Amino acid sequence: MTQMNRLAGGQIDRNKTCKFTFDGKAYTGHQGDTLASALLANGVRLMGRSFKYHRPRGVLTAGSEEPNALVELRAGARQEPNTRATTAELYDGLFAKSQNRLGSLKFDLLAINDRFSNFLTAGFYYKTFMWPAAFWEKLYEPIIRNAAGLGSLSLEDDPDVYDKGFLHCDLLIIGAGPAGLMAALTAGRAGTDVILADEDFAVGGRLNSETLTIGDQSGAAWAAQAMTELRSLPNVRIMPRTTVIGAFDHGIYGAVERVSDHMHTPDAGKPRQILWRLYAKQTILAAGAIERPIAFENNDRPGIMLASALRTYANRFAVTADKRVAIFTNNDDGHRTAADLHAKGVKISAVVDVRPDAPRSMDYEVLQGEVVDTKGRLGLTFAEVKQADGNMRTLECGALGMSGGWNPNVHMTCHQRGRPVWNADIAAFVPGADLPAGMVVAGAANGDLSTAGALRGGAAAAKQALGLKGRLPTMPETEDKPINLKPFWYVEGCSRAWLDQQNDVTVKDVKLSHQEGFRSVEHLKRYTTLGMATDQGKTSNMGGLAIMAELAGKTIPEVGTTIFRPPYTPTAIGVLGGRHRGQEFHPKRLTPSHRWATEQGAIFVEVGNWLRAQWFPRKGETTWRESVDREVLATRNSVGVCDVTTLGKVDVQGTDAAAFLNKIYCNGFALLAVGKTRYGLMLREDGIAMDDGTAARLAEDHFVVTTTTANALPVYRHMEFVRQCLYPDMDVQLISTTEAWAQYAVAGPNSRNLLSKIVDQDISNDAFPFMACANITICGGLRARLFRISFSGELAYEIAVPTAYGDALMRKIMDAGAEFDVTPYGTEALGVMRIEKGHAAGNELNGTTTALNLGMGRMVSKKKDSIGSTLSEREGLNGDGQLYQVGIKPVDANDPVPAGAHLMNADGPIDAAHDQGYVTSACFSPNLGHAIAIGFLKDGANRMGETMQLVSPLTRVHVDVEITSAHFIDPEGERLRA
Amino acid sequence: MHDLQPLTALGGTTAQIDSFAHITIAENDGLALASVAARLGHEAACHKTLKKLLGAVPAPGKAVLHDPEAGFWMGPDQWMIGAPRETHELLADTLDALFGKTASVTEQTGAWVCFDVTGLAMPDLCERVCALPIRKMAAGDAQRTMIHQLGCFVIRRESADHIRILGPRASAGSLHHTLITAAHAVA
Repeated sequence: MTQMNRLAGGQIDRNKTCKFTFDGKAYTGHQGDTLASALLANGVRLMGRSFKYHRPRGVLTAGSEEPNALVELRAGARQEPNTRATTAELYDGLFAKSQNRLGSLKFDLLAINDRFSNFLTAGFYYKTFMWPAAFWEKLYEPIIRNAAGLGSLSLEDDPDVYDKGFLHCDLLIIGAGPAGLMAALTAGRAGTDVILADEDFAVGGRLNSETLTIGDQSGAAWAAQAMTELRSLPNVRIMPRTTVIGAFDHGIYGAVERVSDHMHTPDAGKPRQILWRLYAKQTILAAGAIERPIAFENNDRPGIMLASALRTYANRFAVTADKRVAIFTNNDDGHRTAADLHAKGVKISAVVDVRPDAPRSMDYEVLQGEVVDTKGRLGLTFAEVKQADGNMRTLECGALGMSGGWNPNVHMTCHQRGRPVWNADIAAFVPGADLPAGMVVAGAANGDLSTAGALRGGAAAAKQALGLKGRLPTMPETEDKPINLKPFWYVEGCSRAWLDQQNDVTVKDVKLSHQEGFRSVEHLKRYTTLGMATDQGKTSNMGGLAIMAELAGKTIPEVGTTIFRPPYTPTAIGVLGGRHRGQEFHPKRLTPSHRWATEQGAIFVEVGNWLRAQWFPRKGETTWRESVDREVLATRNSVGVCDVTTLGKVDVQGTDAAAFLNKIYCNGFALLAVGKTRYGLMLREDGIAMDDGTAARLAEDHFVVTTTTANALPVYRHMEFVRQCLYPDMDVQLISTTEAWAQYAVAGPNSRNLLSKIVDQDISNDAFPFMACANITICGGLRARLFRISFSGELAYEIAVPTAYGDALMRKIMDAGAEFDVTPYGTEALGVMRIEKGHAAGNELNGTTTALNLGMGRMVSKKKDSIGSTLSEREGLNGDGQLYQVGIKPVDANDPVPAGAHLMNADGPIDAAHDQGYVTSACFSPNLGHAIAIGFLKDGANRMGETMQLVSPLTRVHVDVEITSAHFIDPEGERLRA
Repeated sequence: MHDLQPLTALGGTTAQIDSFAHITIAENDGLALASVAARLGHEAACHKTLKKLLGAVPAPGKAVLHDPEAGFWMGPDQWMIGAPRETHELLADTLDALFGKTASVTEQTGAWVCFDVTGLAMPDLCERVCALPIRKMAAGDAQRTMIHQLGCFVIRRESADHIRILGPRASAGSLHHTLITAAHAVA
């Protein structure tokens, strides 16, 4: 198909032709086109369907503010819904589809909604579908959900990657139009580190859309020349295709750079987009302004658009939306469009101006009046004009430009809760005084709507931002005319006149909202959905405010605006996530034996960021229970080894190290002998148990504290808080060594025999008794640490070496232990053995339990002050009926004892009011041959041997259980002291 | 002598080097590390020993790139000292003897993975992974920052296109992956 509406000139590259398809039909355009301009060039005005009424729609704008021309761009997994055709750069092979239709774009079956528009007015959601109630979930909601929404998702994983990045600058300039370019030139020449960001792929802003001159060259040529100079400055970073989406605290701005959106497929390894966090000392907002439409009956037909957009298409893209164009304006800017189009050979049907003193033209007719209606089912064909003298005129036209004045882009000035102020001269809101710190506004964004004003404003803003003294440099000569606007928002008497074309909000809807009592502008927004679509009402909000003001008898500034929030333009979730997705959602922590464990076929479990071996399946084992039972029995019968590197380790040194531990643990440490380890319990300030672990005294002034894996960080943070804030006068130094040492538990009756083959020193029971610790060497000289501590209840040690040797040590242990059938065990077997031994872990230290609950009430020393000891004596935490840690076993050995189940008296009712306690940890004990559990029971210490009911309504378990000691294995502790 | 074969943080027996058009990411497995924290009341003596060792006391945000030992500031009166592992395997013991009771010394060699990132595109890579103002950092600047949610130290070395990144060793693979993907993105 030929590009029937292509004009001469423009800034497209006619030597580069791009083939593309829209709704399956092939077209051609040129490099430098957008999808919208290329479609218009090919005579395609119909590009979409409206959200609610499914009315035919074409482009309204030529920029990111576009509400109508939304398409599904690209195919397959790369399909992106709701993409604005006005900003989508054309490339060879571009594939686009229209969206939000049932049937074809021309024959959308859901257009029937338009016939029922009287029933689908603002707030119809709240008034309809009320009866019968049962229909809501099964009928109404599915139908509405099916019909609602705009584009569709591919439901496939996005194959592209997105980056995040961080940039710093002295001056961030948002917008590279005349004001932004002049600001960048001023600051760049002064040697300032500048970032100049613009959402467009062609820098220059409106200069690319106009025929005006700056000095002796066109505006576009001046912009190109400015760019050439800026590119030569090493201190200026130019970022086209980059939308600054929000102003955040402390001079931080968010920006999305579209790196590969203009390509068929991103280059290998390259991101599609980058979310930049910009740290700017100063900022100049030169974001320009957006022209606003005028509301009149049927003002939404394809072909009706902003007059400035018509000018952009003609001057920049060399395209006219139709061969016959009419203009409806309330200011001089609309006439500029007519003049430019006429100069390019487009027939101007007429310029309709509401002002009696409108400029006249020798080239086309200028009518004083209003456009009151339009015709054309799938595209504009005629415009009905009511002239000031009352006569009606019908204008034949395929395009109609609306010019209702300009709204400065104040959004970024308001992201820190600033409010814009009213400027009556241009009948628009301009930035207020309460700008984000360090921000200066320039150009059209500041209400300076002439090119000369923008250039002056840009230079002045740069000087202000940088604190530069002196007069402004001489500016090149350019247009400096006011737009002579007469405020005019909508045509009297219209009803189905669209304000918000994306959410189908009409003048009638705003009036209805007011009639129904929604008087606050925020209520108007929510009730009508005005400005709530992806375009955030950039072309609609002001019209709604004006009508609301009129209805309420107020001025527009009295009505005020809604809150401006980031992002400025729609932002893909993908770029917010960046690289943090899938396997890279969070970093992994691998244990020193990870490589070896992988070789053994270990099954891993995530514990925070750690990956820990959960069990090691062997050939022939068909369930995890088989593996775990084997690992437990092998450990208790001979020897097992488990990687416990993940336990937190904190190096505590200083002359007050022991005194410090006396503060953070509720039990005493001051008298712990060098070479000994002690179990310790930490309490929170409120007396609740925080964490437990051990502290090994390697020297008078040197301890190594261990924490649980889960609490490694919170405990270290707590210890630093205590050191820095509570006891700054103590001589104590802390540093985490969790990852510095590879540490393995070697447990079981043969553990000593095994380690004796590796450790260079004597580790007999006499030389190295229970709870001993020491710096040692292994394998003939490697420095190591040995602790005789046991979580399993067996004769056990924990041995540590510098992490680099962790893999080698594991292999050495397996080699040395072969004669004892040494068995690696994972976290499941670890858990089973600690339950068998009755050791509390995370399930018991659950943020609600005290030392008393855990059966360690007497550990809270009364001889010293420690954190939490005083509040642990609170009345509510003591006295009769407190929960007490107990063991639980089924009366019938075949019954389960599930974690989370609750204990009820044997003959009592089963309800929450009679709850006696609950199970915290449960497992199958291969040593005992039945399920066992530990949990908390009211007055549990005095209820040993009692039979109770255990109920779990959720898992439908109801069994009889017996309360026992939590120490199922070796309650006297003989094994671990052997 | 023991016969235990150490592994690098990335799990190899030799350090891994990844080269791109304008960037090289080299795992540095040759660093011995130890932290030094001044004891209360002995700060001056500790500083004196540090100065003697490094030539200067590393100030906040700074490293002293002294040969063979180097150090950077980690916190108030707390520094990390580094030296070639080949010659300083027992660096912590050496420092402990040197500082005596004026400082607490802790071995940190096994706690960190170290990457040397060099090349013209190093600043571009740095901007993709962390919030540091890399283009304004001078030789000897040492900053704590987050890379892929991991707390890291980044040290600008003598050459303008060289940074050294110290990150948590257990997450060496994740950190390496982040650097490699960033290198692909900027190469």
